[in-house]
Amino acid sequence: MSATAEQTASVAELALATLPDAAKAEIAEIRKRYPTAQAALLPALHIAQRNFDGWLAEPVIAAVATELGLPVSTVYGVVTFYDLYHLKPVGRHRIRVCNNLSCQLRGAEEILEAMRAELGVGEDEVTDDGRCSYIHFECLGSCDTAPMMMIDDDYHENLTPETAREIVRGLK
Amino acid sequence: MAFEKTLTQNVGNPDALTVAGYKKNGGYTALEAALKMEPDAITQAVKDSGLRGRGGAGFPAGMKWSFIPKIDKPKYLVCNADESEPGTFKDRLLMEYDPHQLIEGCAICCRAVGANTTYIYIRGEYTKAARILEDAIREAYQAGILGDSVMGSGWKLDMYVHMGAGAYICGEETGMLESLEGKRGQPRVKPPFPAVVGAFGCPTVINNVETLCNVPHILNRGAAWFKSIGTDERNTGPKLYAVSGHVEKPGTYELPLGVSFDELLEVCGGMYKGGTLKAFIPGGASAPILKASESHLKMDFDTLAKAGSMLGSAAVIVMDETTCMVRAAARLAKFFAHESCGQCTPCREGTNWMEIILHRIESGHGHQNDADLLYSVSKNVGGNSLCALGDAAIGPVRSLVEKFRDEIEQHIREHACPVPHRRYFAAAA
Repeated sequence: MSATAEQTASVAELALATLPDAAKAEIAEIRKRYPTAQAALLPALHIAQRNFDGWLAEPVIAAVATELGLPVSTVYGVVTFYDLYHLKPVGRHRIRVCNNLSCQLRGAEEILEAMRAELGVGEDEVTDDGRCSYIHFECLGSCDTAPMMMIDDDYHENLTPETAREIVRGLK
Repeated sequence: MAFEKTLTQNVGNPDALTVAGYKKNGGYTALEAALKMEPDAITQAVKDSGLRGRGGAGFPAGMKWSFIPKIDKPKYLVCNADESEPGTFKDRLLMEYDPHQLIEGCAICCRAVGANTTYIYIRGEYTKAARILEDAIREAYQAGILGDSVMGSGWKLDMYVHMGAGAYICGEETGMLESLEGKRGQPRVKPPFPAVVGAFGCPTVINNVETLCNVPHILNRGAAWFKSIGTDERNTGPKLYAVSGHVEKPGTYELPLGVSFDELLEVCGGMYKGGTLKAFIPGGASAPILKASESHLKMDFDTLAKAGSMLGSAAVIVMDETTCMVRAAARLAKFFAHESCGQCTPCREGTNWMEIILHRIESGHGHQNDADLLYSVSKNVGGNSLCALGDAAIGPVRSLVEKFRDEIEQHIREHACPVPHRRYFAAAA
């Protein structure tokens, strides 16, 4: 088998392992909104990530590429450009602590310290039980309720270290 | 300060999330009127109002619309809802509380320029606002306000929410177009400008959320009404100021464009816990820092530009005497270094160096000539990249050197930060 054929086969195999029908249907529906297939890439990656534990393993990236008829390298280049796509496993709950200036002025560093103490792992690491991972994040547009953090899709605002820890303890 | 709320009249009114509720306050009457107007007359009304873009650049909105060529090609409106400028949270409020106001504004703009598709490009973190917008758009389709025949006019308009994925640069209009097309959000070479070659190679208008939300009110109440608000002919209309940092009541305040910082601070209940004003940023992270002695300035486009700063997105970050200015600038420098798309060397390298130098000064390891070095790096970044991110990044740094040089030098001399780091939650320590 030539190298090219091998590569093709491996990409095809990777693709076989992936995207559930519902996700494929969702992507096909979104595809109709745009004049080009590539325009559906960002939404498609969001959908894929939602279906695969919140991160994009290489086979998943390949599957999205296949779905939209794009080179894997193009999709990979896009994935690495954006902060909301993850290339390694994340916790079941993803905690983003805003510490840009407005939040910093109102105590964001202490919220980050509280996360470190509560979860016992460094930033962008997953707790042993797979429950949580946390990172500091750029401005989330909730500066009037600083300090704040985003857990999965929800904003938690006007935090103190105590309330932040309590919220995290309540995560299943 | 008593001021009749227009843009935020529906904030706190959950009824406005539905078509029926929105119509109760006069919603969709402007679109109805627009459908009966000549498209050019709509653009003219917006031009007459003097409405300038609320996203940061302050470009006259009506003029932008008039640049769309009348050629037989699809045309697009891309609504910039990628609100990522640190300190800014006004557009989120408009989308979460009054989605139909934005839909109506978008529809009127499309009618004026002959577009049949709107993409609302919203930052990926705004999941709640996106959900609310999607629900509102769905209902607008069902009510015949969007779709094959907008309000029975036979004119077709489609509207979609497009989620970004976390990149500040996608708020830059050509970075946004690249991202909309499913690419890395790296800004394009201009010209050609988006009005000629925009989304998918077609003429495209890109307007900020707040800009578009003003449009229905301009049609309803007239350009003269709009111009009666504001500082002067070039700075007109109501404006949302998003205030954060060391004030008693942070929040979004709708006031006449050109309210002074002092008046704004008063509306926000004054300084946090009675502190003393040290500095403020009038227009988001990109805007050069102003000192307390400049607090009398009117917060409009031209006054702030003349003072060497900018209104930007009108995100006002207030800092009291407990703030270390080096630390504040270092945090913003870190942001820009992280968000530089990497395409242009001066910006990619320069933002990184500004962060490194500011961080070493703050941590007590500054070199003797670091203030000059910062200034020289900033000169090499400014004006030397394809988009405005490089220029934005030098805003806080250069103003720090110009206005707080003594604080930089004190850090270097004492090998430590002279401003004790304020702890907010002492009990938890």
